[in-house]
Amino acid sequence: MSIVLGISAFYHDSAAALVVDGKIVAAAQEERFTRKKHDPAYPRNAVDYVLREAGLMLDEVDFVAFYDKPFLKFERLLETYLAFAPRGLASFSTAMPVWLKEKLFQKDMLLKELKKHAGGFRGGMDKMLFAEHHISHAASAFYPSPFEKAVVLTLDGVGEWATATVAIGDGHTLTLEKEIRFPHSLGLLYSAVTYYTGFKVNSGEYKVMGLAPYGEPKYAAKMMENLIHIKPDGSFHLNQEYFDYCTGLTMTNAKFDELFGQPARRPESEQLTQFHMDMAASVQAVTEEVMLRMAKALAKEYKIPNLCMAGGVALNCVANGKLLRDGAFKNIWIQPAAGDAGGALGAALAAWHMELGGERKISKAKTAPRDGMHGSYLGPAFSQQEIETRLKAAGARFEVLTEAKMIDSTAKALADEKAVGWFQGRMEFGPRALGGRSILGDPRSPSMQKTLNLKVKFRESFRPFAPSVLREDVADWFELDADSPYMLLVDGVKAKRRKKMTAAEQKLFGIEKLNVARSDIPAVTHVDYSARIQTVHADTNPLYHKLISAFKKRTGCALVVNTSFNVRGEPIVCTPEDAFRCFMGTDLDLLVVGHCVLHKAKQDKKLAEDYKNKYELD
Amino acid sequence: MAFLVELYRFMMARKKFWLVPVLLMLALFGGLVVLTHGSAVAPFIYTLF
Repeated sequence: MSIVLGISAFYHDSAAALVVDGKIVAAAQEERFTRKKHDPAYPRNAVDYVLREAGLMLDEVDFVAFYDKPFLKFERLLETYLAFAPRGLASFSTAMPVWLKEKLFQKDMLLKELKKHAGGFRGGMDKMLFAEHHISHAASAFYPSPFEKAVVLTLDGVGEWATATVAIGDGHTLTLEKEIRFPHSLGLLYSAVTYYTGFKVNSGEYKVMGLAPYGEPKYAAKMMENLIHIKPDGSFHLNQEYFDYCTGLTMTNAKFDELFGQPARRPESEQLTQFHMDMAASVQAVTEEVMLRMAKALAKEYKIPNLCMAGGVALNCVANGKLLRDGAFKNIWIQPAAGDAGGALGAALAAWHMELGGERKISKAKTAPRDGMHGSYLGPAFSQQEIETRLKAAGARFEVLTEAKMIDSTAKALADEKAVGWFQGRMEFGPRALGGRSILGDPRSPSMQKTLNLKVKFRESFRPFAPSVLREDVADWFELDADSPYMLLVDGVKAKRRKKMTAAEQKLFGIEKLNVARSDIPAVTHVDYSARIQTVHADTNPLYHKLISAFKKRTGCALVVNTSFNVRGEPIVCTPEDAFRCFMGTDLDLLVVGHCVLHKAKQDKKLAEDYKNKYELD
Repeated sequence: MAFLVELYRFMMARKKFWLVPVLLMLALFGGLVVLTHGSAVAPFIYTLF
C-alpha cells in the first residue's frame, strides 16, 4: 500500500488530500475547520481529518507532496523586482521580510509541522516531493477525469512562473507542452477588473462573473486594443503600462483609471453603477474570447476530443458553458476544486502517478459521474448518533424522523417557500456546495432570490442562485443535456420555461432587471436567462436525489435552489454545530441534519447570535 | 545547512548565477534585520550621523 498526503498552504486556501494506491480517499480545506475564510495557515486540522478518515497515522504516510515550489516562486519575485527597479520598492520591502523570515524556509517549516502531529511524520526531506503549481493543477484535472487521453488546460493568476499551461495526459503520464508566463495572466486580468470594480481580489472574481449579465460588454474592444493582445491561438500579452501588480500594492494604476474614465470603486461604500456592470461584462467577454480561441487551437493541434481544466479561471462556469456549446472539444471535465485548494489533491496525484509511476484506473461506469472524485464528497461525515449528541450539546431542539418522513417534511417545507438548511453526508471538497452542506429553496418563488440574499446569506442583492436539477430532467428545464455534477457549467433556461418581458420591462437596466420574473423558475434564472446548473445523480448523492424527486412529486418542479450553507464571509459549515449556529443566526426556517429536523419557531431564542457582523465581508 | 544545500542545488539546476549577488545582499540585510531586531537601515544611519 502506498500512501501520499498532498498539502497546499502558505498562500491562500490551504488544504490536505490523501491518496492511497492512487485512490482519492479524503480531501478538505483548512478554512472549514478553523472557520477563517481562505485560511492560508498550515492545514493541521485538514491533515488530521484526512488521516482519520483513512484510519491512518502520519507515520504510515509514505510521501508528502506539496503543491508548489517556493524557490521558483522566489526567483520570479526577484526577477520581477529587478526588471522593474527602481519602481516597486514599496512592494519589495513589504514582500521581502516575509520571504526572508518564513517563506524561503517552507520545506523546513512543513517538516517541523508534520512532526508535531500525533504519530508524527517519520520520513525526512527525501520523502517530501514538491510539484510545480501548474503541474498540481493539471494533475488534479487529468488524473480523476474519466478520460484515457486528454488535453489539459490550466489557467489561473500565477503559480511560480506559469499563468497558463497546456499538457497532454495519456494513461498515467502527463506531459507539459507549453505555457504562458507571468506577468501575462488571464487570471490577473480578471482580478484587476475585480479590484477596479471594488471587489476583493482572490475571492470577488465570481461576483464579477455574476454581475456581468447586468451589463453590456461596451469596453471589451477597448480592453483588447489597450490591455490585452490576443493572438489567433488564444495566447496573449498584457500591456503592463496599465497594471500595478508587478511593482505596487494594487492591481491597476492611474493610467488604467484614465483609460476607463474613472478611479477604482471603493469597496462597500461606493454604489455599483451601470459602468461597473459594463466593465464586468467586458472582462467576461474578453475571458471567453481567450478561452474559446485557445480551445479551438488546441483541438485543431492535438486532435484529441477530451479537454480537462483546472486553475482558478476554470471556475468561470459561464465561460465553461460556452466552451462546451462551442463544441471544439466533444467532452470537457473540470476539477471541482479548481482553485489552489485542489492543488493539494493534484500534488498527491502527481506524486503517485508521475513520480512513483502508479497505475491509473479509469472508471468504466456507464452512469455519471464516471470520474474519480466521488461526487467531490470527500470531507467529514457524522453518524446519526454523533449528530444527535452534538446538537443536544449545542442546545438544539429537534425531532428525529425516519428517512422517508424527513424527506417528505423537507420537500413540504420547500414547497411552502421555506428556506431550508440541508446538512447530509460527507462535506464537499471545492468552493461549491453540492447538496452536502447546502441552503435550499423553492426556485418557483419570485421572492426567494431576494430573501436568501438579504435575510439568509446577508450578501449583495444582485448575486444569482444556482439550481440542483435531477439529471434525468435537466433537458426539460435547461438547454443543457449533459452531466454537470459540480455546478461548473452555465446554460440557458429552456425557451418554453421563459416568460416574455413586456416592453416596459425590456427597457429596464442593470439591477432593476432583477425584480422581473423571467421564467417559471425565477429564483435560479439570471437576467440573461442563464443558470449555473448542478445535475443531481441518484448514484452519487441518493438522498439529495430523493429529496428533489419528492419536491417534484409535490410541485411538478424537478429542481431546487441550492446555495452554500454559510453567510457572506463565512466558510461553508463543516460540523452540525456550525450548521446550528448559522441556522440560529439567520432567517433560515428549517434545518435538517441527518435525520434530525429543527424548526426555527421551536428553538431557544437566547441561542441566536449576531451572525450578520460576525464575519469579515469577502 | 540543509537550506543552503537546497539553495545551491536550485542555483545549479536553474543556472541563474546572476541572482547570486542579489541573494547575498538580501542575506546581508536579512541578517541585519535579525541582529538589530528592527530596521535594517538603522545601523547605517547611526554610523553616518
